[in-house]
Amino acid sequence: MATKQTRWAALLAALALLFSACGDGEGGGGESSAASAACEVGQVDGDLALYNWAEYIDPEQLDAFGQEFGIGATMTEYDSNEAMLPVVSAGNSGYDVIIPSDYMVGIMIDGEFIQPLNFDAIPNASNISDDFANPSYDPNQSHSVPYQWGYTGLAVDTAVVGTDFPRTWDLVFGDSVPADAAGKVTLLNDPRETMGAALKALGYSLNTTDDAQLDEARNLVSGSKENVLRFDTDSADELLTSGESAIAHGYSGDMFTQFLETDDPSRYVFFVPEEGGTRWIDNMAIPFDAPHPCTAHTFINWLLDAEQGAALSNWNYYGTPNKAAIDLLDDELNEFLTDPSVLPGGLSSVESIADTGDFETNYTDAFTEAVG
Amino acid sequence: MVGSGRQLGGSRLVTAATEALTDPALEAAVATPEFELANIRQRKRRGLLIALPAYIYLLIFFAVPLITVIIYSFATRNRFGGADLNNWNIDSYRELGDDLIRTILLRSAGLAILTTIICLLISYPFAYYMATRSEKVRNLMLVFVMIPFWTNFLVRNYAWYVILGTDGPFSQFTEFIGFGPTRVLFTQVAVVLGLVYGFLPFMILPLYASIERIDGRLIEASRDLYANGWQAFRNVLWPLSLPGVVAGSILVFIPSLGAYVTPHILGGTKGTLLGSYIVTQFLTARNLPFGAAMSTVLMIIMLAATILYFRKGGRTL
Repeated sequence: MATKQTRWAALLAALALLFSACGDGEGGGGESSAASAACEVGQVDGDLALYNWAEYIDPEQLDAFGQEFGIGATMTEYDSNEAMLPVVSAGNSGYDVIIPSDYMVGIMIDGEFIQPLNFDAIPNASNISDDFANPSYDPNQSHSVPYQWGYTGLAVDTAVVGTDFPRTWDLVFGDSVPADAAGKVTLLNDPRETMGAALKALGYSLNTTDDAQLDEARNLVSGSKENVLRFDTDSADELLTSGESAIAHGYSGDMFTQFLETDDPSRYVFFVPEEGGTRWIDNMAIPFDAPHPCTAHTFINWLLDAEQGAALSNWNYYGTPNKAAIDLLDDELNEFLTDPSVLPGGLSSVESIADTGDFETNYTDAFTEAVG
Repeated sequence: MVGSGRQLGGSRLVTAATEALTDPALEAAVATPEFELANIRQRKRRGLLIALPAYIYLLIFFAVPLITVIIYSFATRNRFGGADLNNWNIDSYRELGDDLIRTILLRSAGLAILTTIICLLISYPFAYYMATRSEKVRNLMLVFVMIPFWTNFLVRNYAWYVILGTDGPFSQFTEFIGFGPTRVLFTQVAVVLGLVYGFLPFMILPLYASIERIDGRLIEASRDLYANGWQAFRNVLWPLSLPGVVAGSILVFIPSLGAYVTPHILGGTKGTLLGSYIVTQFLTARNLPFGAAMSTVLMIIMLAATILYFRKGGRTL
């Protein structure tokens, strides 16, 4: 009957579609990694489409860029590197500039999903602080420039916990959680961050690929569960200031902006525990098939300007990699960034998350097992 | 389903049209077998044409994604958040035997069964009450059952988030009546509450449809024969309403098993559920093949339940 024929036709058409789609996707970037875009300083070749994390740039600053160069500037938001990756790698994403985190830059360079930058069009790259030059994930600094950086650590409500507490991971792991905070701890709903915190608490690297160490970390998280209110990434900051939680594992800038929205910001403190934590760097990069590469270069150069870099940090309250911008930061932000009590273990105690290849799934499973 | 239904309708239309045309000029030709054959062939072709939009819709939005998921479940994970489509294997299905997965599956199934039972216990008396009211009251009650659908599901879940939160209305209420403040948010209790709330209409509607159709005189007859209330329910009402019970239970069980939004918003520390675990595979572990394999298995479970539904409940509804 007709239905039988059409069923077969449908199946064949579906397979044909599928394989043609796979064929496109397989090569990943496709474009050769050798050449960077031939652009001049300040040249624009169309409207800017920025693909960025939520609340990471002042919309007015974005408008200001568009007005200065007489083009439109729009932004779309994503909430994780993993959500951004497939959108860009599939091609035809239409984005000119993306903001991948450290380890994701490495992945995207290897997959040829981002193009090499033409530094002739980015003279302001000289403003990048030496601490951020040639990072491990982009050793020649050829494909990315730093955007903002921050720490992952603990935020504490001193009205509940008091001010006399150890600045260590013991605050959230094991038996030493303050009685007032029992059941009011939030940890990030992120395998790498939360397993990483436990690994740090145990004195290991947060990029370990050792199963025994990961097992130990899993048991630590699992054994601390009764004190955990929730594993939450999106609203850890709001839960803290609304009183649902008393100790929150979270990102520095998120916490700090949230503190400032309350009546009494001094009630809350943020720090990276002594044993260490995560320092991450988000970067600007250009997708391999960006429709307006020159606009993208111009935008990157513009944001690396001292004034614009400072405006960026003064709005999102993350650290700036721009050494020329530091003098222009708000006093309270500068105080926070340079306060030694924020990083009691010193710079050597923090690590950046690196891609562990196939071991990544071990982290996810360990975390799922720990959560229960 | 939709396609073949449309096609039948289409054939009938075509028949009517050809009949109108054949009159009197072609009357002689009608008898010849060639004409008959040509006529049948033409009818089929037109039927297909009419059904084409439905077929294309099903192909693009159902068949292609489904086959993609199944094909990916046999692929190999790569670190770029994709899958290598040349190294075919069944490792992803082997991994499903892990203790972790079994725990998650059992927990999700347990929660879904609990949700279904609670929904049934609440809905049955309600549906019975509704079915035995006058038509005016009945329609009004139906509207009340539907009203929550006018608000987005996500928004309604966030409403529960506010209601159940610390110092929220629920906690204030329990404190006021002397039970002290309660912490329900971020517990399994909150998840079940949210699921029951969300899927209750899916239980009420088939139950109502099923009970409403029962001849009330049968229950009267059983009472006349000295059945007490329980016996009348157990031996008359319950067996007759069974198709509704099965249909409603499956309509609640299936979405509860794969629920993601409600556990994500209202759920707490303990208890990763199937829906969240699959999302984790795609968005965190970048393990597309494994996520696809889990989705495939979940779909097979749901397919089995749906077949059961059409065998037991669907036919009489």
